[in-house]
Amino acid sequence: MGNAFKEESTELAKKTAPADLMIVAKGLTKKYDDFTAVDGIDFQVKRGESFGLLGPNGAGKSTTMKMIGATSLRTGGELTILGKDPNKQGPEIRAHLGVVPQTDNHDNDLKAWENLYIYGRYFGLGRKFLKKKVEELLDFAQLQDKRDVKVDQLSGGMKRRLTIARGLVNEPEILMLDEPTTGLDPQARHILWDRLFRLKEEGVTLVITTHYMDEAEQLCDRLIVMDKGKIMAEGAPADLIKKYSSKEVLEVRFGSSKNAEAAEKLKHLGDRIETLPDRILFYAEDGEKVLKQIHKLGFEPATSLVRRSSLEDVFLRLTGRTLVE
Amino acid sequence: MSLINASIDSAIAIAERRSGKFGAEFYAGRTNAILERAFLAFKTSSWMIVLSGFVEPVFYLLSFGFGLGALIGGVTDGAGNSVSYAAYIAPALLATSAMNGAIYDSTWNVFFKMHFGKLYQTMLATSLGTLDVALGEIGWALLRGLAYAMGFMVIMAPLGLIPSWWGILAIPGAVLVAFGFASIGMGITSYLKNFQQMNWVNFFMLPMFLFSGTFYPLSIYPDWLRMIIEALPLWQAIQLERDLTLGTVGWSTLAHVAYFAVMIVGGLYFTTKRLSALFLR
Ligand SMILES: Nc1ncnc2c1ncn2[C@@H]1O[C@H](COP(=O)(O)OP(=O)(O)OP(=O)(O)O)[C@@H](O)[C@H]1O
Ligand SMILES: [Mg+2]
Repeated sequence: MGNAFKEESTELAKKTAPADLMIVAKGLTKKYDDFTAVDGIDFQVKRGESFGLLGPNGAGKSTTMKMIGATSLRTGGELTILGKDPNKQGPEIRAHLGVVPQTDNHDNDLKAWENLYIYGRYFGLGRKFLKKKVEELLDFAQLQDKRDVKVDQLSGGMKRRLTIARGLVNEPEILMLDEPTTGLDPQARHILWDRLFRLKEEGVTLVITTHYMDEAEQLCDRLIVMDKGKIMAEGAPADLIKKYSSKEVLEVRFGSSKNAEAAEKLKHLGDRIETLPDRILFYAEDGEKVLKQIHKLGFEPATSLVRRSSLEDVFLRLTGRTLVE
Repeated sequence: MSLINASIDSAIAIAERRSGKFGAEFYAGRTNAILERAFLAFKTSSWMIVLSGFVEPVFYLLSFGFGLGALIGGVTDGAGNSVSYAAYIAPALLATSAMNGAIYDSTWNVFFKMHFGKLYQTMLATSLGTLDVALGEIGWALLRGLAYAMGFMVIMAPLGLIPSWWGILAIPGAVLVAFGFASIGMGITSYLKNFQQMNWVNFFMLPMFLFSGTFYPLSIYPDWLRMIIEALPLWQAIQLERDLTLGTVGWSTLAHVAYFAVMIVGGLYFTTKRLSALFLR
């Protein structure tokens, strides 16, 4: 009982200590003329947390990121970043943020290293500090040999790496990454993940959007799934999988002409069944068991596979399998 | 260890120093960073364009001032003194080149950065404010204007085209003129959507150059036309520069200065608003 009380009081302390709440959104809304891109969402991000925004194309992730980044004014609801209002205290808030936008926006008149340097100067950072910082970031982005190359002569992935490095120049407290790994090769992806883990250890708060569910599962402590400007679900990846999927998934194929027919007869098996054109998915605690039941009923799948349920299953369930327009 | 040092010089500490001060939401007091960027980009930019901005008024001066001037002889200035034709048009050419440079920088250059370079989005993702960006971009145009004006004066003075010591003030005068045009120009550019619309700017500039009392006194115009021209910024600029180089300084000179002061403040306000509307929407 004493313990419970203690836990409660620290919970309370966390709630009341504003320094620990980096981002608070209440009914956050963004309208572009008549179109509502973000439709009254609520969430909070604590210090040191790594927070994910998932959702199909056009869900409103980037729009939300821009509002947090104080580069897009909200049109409704409340938003505070470190207790400040981004509609009124933009420059002050942006000093705390490292931003990696979805599309690279470098200064094409400048060389690679100059891009990092001048970005730091925009924050008012000193030349001496930046000289060292730029070297460190060029190492991190593995762009030392391209340092004197104009940005428009870099490859797509190199530009991406430069954008990510640039976001770190001001040693931000909150790092905002909008699809950071799109276009990166596997090596670069792992170097980035590694860096993000280290930053997190140092207490940096991460806000990440991604379309790679494995990445979200790896990187995010907690995430929201958005669709059409609204939040569909919120929680830790493992909890979301527990809640919206089963422990395991059995995938079986009977051949595209027979799938529907077989599914009709097998639909009572497992927790839930989903019929796709090319295969049937059984969501269940124990995939092998379901497979045995299928055999017992006299069905012989052409192929079968039991796998752990993943965030991708959750995502597809929550946002539908068809391409959302 | 270096934690204390780091926190003093961190981006956050730097930004926090302006916290709560007037204008903190659109001004971080860091125009110099944008000038530094302009300088870095300038090092590799096209020198031809830079040079042409300087050479153009000199060519005009040679052909009109001395070529045409030989036919015309003298002109009487505002105070009734007779001056050589070259000395009469030289300050007008100085004012015009200040205008042209400012408009070039604040229209073509800015247009390109707004629509293709995405440069302002990048700047405004940092702790800079919209007024920093406006001032920095305009400030760069002014530095160029200053260089042109000094270069032109270096050519004018030995030719005896600046009879008065007031003429030294024609250099800051040219910068003031450029400031006015650049502030308004950047705001106007923010409304333009394509290159055709950019040509409208030229469509206004050329007649203004030809008819604003550049090459002859306005007294040949009917009253109604004269009043329209006198309201235009180029006429104001030319009169200001002419008063200074010819030494015919009076209250009207101050009125021209005031005209540009209003133009600058209005232009900056308008441009800052537009940048916010475009990039922080
Ligand atoms: N500047 C704008 N003007 C009008 N509509 C916009 C603007 N920016 C975004 N939208 C619209 O808002 C919606 C959300 O866009 P947003 O970029 O936030 O999506 P997203 O979740 O980041 O998608 P993606 O995964 O493709 O990056 C889209 O329907 C988009 O068309
Ligand atoms: Mg996006």
